[in-house]
Amino acid sequence: MSGWFMAARSRLILLALVLLANVAVAPGFLELRLVEGRLFGGIIDILNRGAPVILLAIGMAPVIATRGIDLSVGAIMAIAGAVAAASVNAGHAWPVAVLAALGTGLVCGLWNGVLVTIFRLQPIVATLILMVAGRGIAQMITEGRVLTFTDDGLAGVSSATLLGLPLPVLIALAAAMITGLLVRATALGLFIEAVGTSPRAARLAGVPAPGILIGVYVWSGLMAALAGLIAAADIRGADANNAGLWLELDAILAVVIGGTSLYGGRFSISLSVLGAVILQGMRTCILRAGLPPELNLLLMALVIALVLVVQSPACQPAIARLTTRLRRRGAA
Amino acid sequence: MMRVNARTLPFLATLGVFILLYALCALQYPAMLSSRVIANLLTDNAFLGVLAVGMTFVILSGGIDLSVGAVMGFTTVALAVMIEGAGLHPLVSFTIMLVGGALFGCGIGAAIHWLKAPPFIVTLTAMFLARGAALLLSTDSIPVRHEFYQTLSGLSLTLPGGGRLGLIALLMLLAFVAGGVLLHFTRAGLKVYALGGNARFAGLMGIDTARTTILVYGVSSTMAALAGIIFSLYTRSGYALTGVGVELDAIAAVVIGGTLLSGGVGGMAGSLIGVLIQGLILTWITFDGSLSSWWTKIAIGMLLFIFIGLQRLILQFSAPTRRTG
Repeated sequence: MSGWFMAARSRLILLALVLLANVAVAPGFLELRLVEGRLFGGIIDILNRGAPVILLAIGMAPVIATRGIDLSVGAIMAIAGAVAAASVNAGHAWPVAVLAALGTGLVCGLWNGVLVTIFRLQPIVATLILMVAGRGIAQMITEGRVLTFTDDGLAGVSSATLLGLPLPVLIALAAAMITGLLVRATALGLFIEAVGTSPRAARLAGVPAPGILIGVYVWSGLMAALAGLIAAADIRGADANNAGLWLELDAILAVVIGGTSLYGGRFSISLSVLGAVILQGMRTCILRAGLPPELNLLLMALVIALVLVVQSPACQPAIARLTTRLRRRGAA
Repeated sequence: MMRVNARTLPFLATLGVFILLYALCALQYPAMLSSRVIANLLTDNAFLGVLAVGMTFVILSGGIDLSVGAVMGFTTVALAVMIEGAGLHPLVSFTIMLVGGALFGCGIGAAIHWLKAPPFIVTLTAMFLARGAALLLSTDSIPVRHEFYQTLSGLSLTLPGGGRLGLIALLMLLAFVAGGVLLHFTRAGLKVYALGGNARFAGLMGIDTARTTILVYGVSSTMAALAGIIFSLYTRSGYALTGVGVELDAIAAVVIGGTLLSGGVGGMAGSLIGVLIQGLILTWITFDGSLSSWWTKIAIGMLLFIFIGLQRLILQFSAPTRRTG
């Protein structure tokens, strides 16, 4: 556990700074109130609003660890939302709609995985196809309009409360815990990192590389479908054009802030979740401060630039020198 | 002979698809053959064509540029602000934007080379930067009413049959010719191919990879600024959300045009055909009238899939000695 805190140190500082900024903007931000059996407060708000990006980041981290990328998650969100809305409107019960949406996510992920693994396309290209065509498919399902629904069960995916917490927060936390256990309580995480470090060496060492590769894309599709369900339930409608638009970029960014190397071979689910929460905290802060929301794009650019400079091989020696010097001074 | 085939086959396939599509369209709607439709096809897709010129350089060098749509959007807003707000002459504003675009692109190239960061994440950052800056300038659509814009949009070349080839279509064709010459007939173009073939070998051969990378992204951003100027002339307004997602159309055009996304193989002429195929699908959907425009997305996705699959097959058959994995 102390190892985790060491690894998370810089992100926790970043998160603390973001939360402090929020407190400065809106005093009482950290207060938690229990109203009618549901917790309210700034932190709950961040987690609730950030749930889709947290889910996407959970799916994206293993993909990036295999040296891949999934650009199609935003489009999968749109398709899954459209499928759910269309199926409740066709008279199915909401659990059927939820299952249909999750199934759609699985199929989309499988398509990406097969293109990457069997057809050996570069991941950025393979997922680009679904990113371009996916919104068209979603629009085909919604017939080009915002498909609204009145089913309270499906809308509950976003608005229901369980154990005092909004359901999206619980879904995101549960997904993070299940994924974390899957990859860290078994050898799966090690296999994923092995495939990302060297696919050939992994295969020679007996790692079932094709299965792992397909698996990470399927998982990413499933997480995207969950995020799509939340997004659709939130507005009680499926918007093929705007659901999940550009969220793939937020997800990639969250994973990068979480310290996952874009060159594969190293990832952390918990740190990626932390990255997504930091992003959402920044967004909330800008909105609460009444600053133009456009500023967020510039701020995000600044954060990635910072992470890139710190991560770049050219800067690593300089940073190592700096830390040893600081440590020596601390010791003396 | 095999290698020549591997390099030219994707282009020939693209050309064949274009001619076939055009013939099918013309059979259904004979009016498609009129020079007015052809002129409109070139005019309406002028900005996309110019973006594709820059993207061809980037993809040939083995990179990707996600920032072009945002740079284009920023250019339209900045032009509107400079011309309407600050009262600068359009020609002065155009020059500022082209130079600014070139510098911005050089910065991207430098960051990619020296930070050794993947191009897509660097250009993603650039995209946020350009889009954020554009939105900070103005979130509204600003009309441009300068009389010089009227003069420019009045300029056109009349084709036999009544089609009018506007200034922006001519600019696009000029960009393709200039890009083609730079890529295929100069030493700098050869270096772009070498970089895309294998960056390490290119460095070992003594090619200045830093300069080439900077050149490639400089060209791409300059072209994005030019596309912004064209779009500004086309719509006579500036809007920060112009060109959202257009980078994907440009990438699709280049790939459909037979350039390998892994870099090193392809050419400029194919990209023009790639742009025209996308334009043709859109024109056909307009002629048909009953289909929604989102069919374009599905059609382009399918074409992308088919062409990427085709490239894969050709690579596998043309290089039997190369082992993957």
